Amino acid sequence: MKIHRIRAVARKEFLHVIRDPRSLGMGIAIPLLLLFLFGYALTLDVDRVSLIVWDQDNTPTSRDFLSRFTGSRYFSLHAPATNYRDIEHAIDTRNALVAIVIPHDFTGRLDSGRDAPVQVLVDGTDSNTATIALGYAEAVAGEWSRSVVLKQALRGGERPLPQLVDLRPRIWYNSDMASKNYIFPGLIAVIMMVITALLTSLTVAREWETGTMEQLISTPLQGPEIIIGKLVPYFVIGLLDLLLSVLVGRFLFDVPLRGSLWLLTGLSVIFLISALSIGMLISIVTKSQLLASQLALVATMLPSFLLSGFMFPIENMPPPLQVMTHIISARYLVIILRGIYLKDVGLDVLYGEAAVLTLFGGVVITLAILKFRKKIT
Amino acid sequence: MMPAPESYVTDGHSTQEPRQPVVVLRDLEKRFGDFTAVNKVTLEVRKGEIFGFLGPNGAGKSTTIRMLCGILQPTGGMGSVAGFDITRQPEEIKKNIGYMSQRFSLYEDLTVEENIDFYSGIYQIPADKRAERKEWVLRMAGLEERRLSRTATLSGGWKQRLALGCAVLHAPPIIFLDEPTSGVDPLSRRNFWDLIYHLAEGGVTVFLTTHYMDEAEYCDRLGLIYRGELIAQGTPDELKTRYMAEDVMEIACAKPQEALRLITALPGIGYASLFGSKLHVVAEKGERTPEEFRQVLEREGIPTESVERVLPSLEDVFVSLIEARDRQEGAQREFAR
Repeated sequence: MKIHRIRAVARKEFLHVIRDPRSLGMGIAIPLLLLFLFGYALTLDVDRVSLIVWDQDNTPTSRDFLSRFTGSRYFSLHAPATNYRDIEHAIDTRNALVAIVIPHDFTGRLDSGRDAPVQVLVDGTDSNTATIALGYAEAVAGEWSRSVVLKQALRGGERPLPQLVDLRPRIWYNSDMASKNYIFPGLIAVIMMVITALLTSLTVAREWETGTMEQLISTPLQGPEIIIGKLVPYFVIGLLDLLLSVLVGRFLFDVPLRGSLWLLTGLSVIFLISALSIGMLISIVTKSQLLASQLALVATMLPSFLLSGFMFPIENMPPPLQVMTHIISARYLVIILRGIYLKDVGLDVLYGEAAVLTLFGGVVITLAILKFRKKIT
Repeated sequence: MMPAPESYVTDGHSTQEPRQPVVVLRDLEKRFGDFTAVNKVTLEVRKGEIFGFLGPNGAGKSTTIRMLCGILQPTGGMGSVAGFDITRQPEEIKKNIGYMSQRFSLYEDLTVEENIDFYSGIYQIPADKRAERKEWVLRMAGLEERRLSRTATLSGGWKQRLALGCAVLHAPPIIFLDEPTSGVDPLSRRNFWDLIYHLAEGGVTVFLTTHYMDEAEYCDRLGLIYRGELIAQGTPDELKTRYMAEDVMEIACAKPQEALRLITALPGIGYASLFGSKLHVVAEKGERTPEEFRQVLEREGIPTESVERVLPSLEDVFVSLIEARDRQEGAQREFAR
């Protein structure tokens, strides 16, 4: 391999990229769009659950109970109801997610020391949100119950019973439990995977289609020189995307980067090489731009969105899918980026993922070089 | 013409010494499944020769040239270029040749200069020679004024000359040109041939394909290829005198249209056509004398100025050979039945 020839190929490839607004747009504009789209729109937080209440009791006690809901940031009152038809209508029209029905003997039962059932109706269509909303409701009701018991005990002059277990939770790393802090690092991995593979999937196929490859393979230029030279400009675009993502995360979305920027860059570079090589391999094998770009989308976009753990936790997948995620290279970068971003962990923790990524990149680029033939078939 | 670069001049013109064969094919064969694109072609091209590979589209010209450039694997026979085997040492060959494929294959989104710089980079032309070689190519192609233009904006003739320039940038001893002038206007073709002659004078061996008969006349030697088989080879003159199975006559007479009809109807006539105001007639060998034609025409009241035997054109030879081949194959098929 001659460095001069690699440089000649890389320079030529740079010119193609600069002259072709589509590839520049694809390399820079689409990642930005994805960052904004996911940064602003994709949130898994459940906030301000809309609530409809039917207070049949309507006493100071029942109103106090309800104010615990409406006063918290997790719930917001849509409207009061006076019958079940109102409730049904509100849930059907998605104006309310949760309905609370307080029976007319609520205060009476409490005062006489009996259980007071309260009906909670939840729209289970979106099971994830429903579960979270229900959890909020249980927490609010539990807290209120304890305060009532405490008051009754004090009023009776008794010593309040001690709580058997006193949970003292403390959230590490993402203390607000903001989902953006969790999603954003993963998003960087997905963007780099999709964009770079898509860009490189076109390069070799384009030269076969336009006939310029026939000229190239008649020269002393060697296969690895063509492939490495072609990877260089897209590698630079990939690095630019990484830089953009980190900046957008830091200044627009306030995602904290606690770990080392250098480690993050270094491991991303390894990942970048494997992602670029996947696109290159696809391009070499298909020799058709259309086929290559479609294949690159299917082979990188779907798996890295669905199976990388970026959005859906891998532990919750059925076992066969969990096994499959091991061949999705984005999976490892998602873990690495989250670790560096939120936990400030180093190679002492991430060495496994780093090793797999290195192996992955090595195998794919070797395959690409082996598959490239300086022959017409 | 522009002065040749030093490397070509020192190479010298070697007419005195016996010329070495630099391209050798022995029973070279390429099959794609059941289809035989190149069928046992054997030929030699000597140093400094302009060898023309002539044949209709799909005859196997490009396939042969691609095998010689080491970018297509033959399925049988052997070939060598510059002393290197096309199957075993394709990469050595690639260091010694310049290739211009049938399709324009430079980068349209790059400028003229950028294309030249790119090839100069991959052929590893030494830094101190680069500027000189680039100027030489620009001058040769007449593109000095357009060095900063995008290649896509050049006309066909300019593109061809630039492509040739990039193919000979590294001063290869052998160049392969696959239909270098197809789709180029006559004046540009003329310029292009000047360049080829110029290179050949410098000792460069030129192997080119064409389907233009007039271009074939410019070559030192020709190979006629038809359906993958080499059916004749030799200098243009040899082909005209040795391979023509029929007599060719030229008839100058009045009412040429009517005369053409009369003559075509005669038995033993291969074909006849109008060539300017004269009739060009291909007749079976020894079947008819010029005197007989004159008698036939004058009997019908057509004054006939002259009837003479002429040297066939390359087209006559080619058509004659192809027809003979088709007849032979037809007969073989009959026999096989």
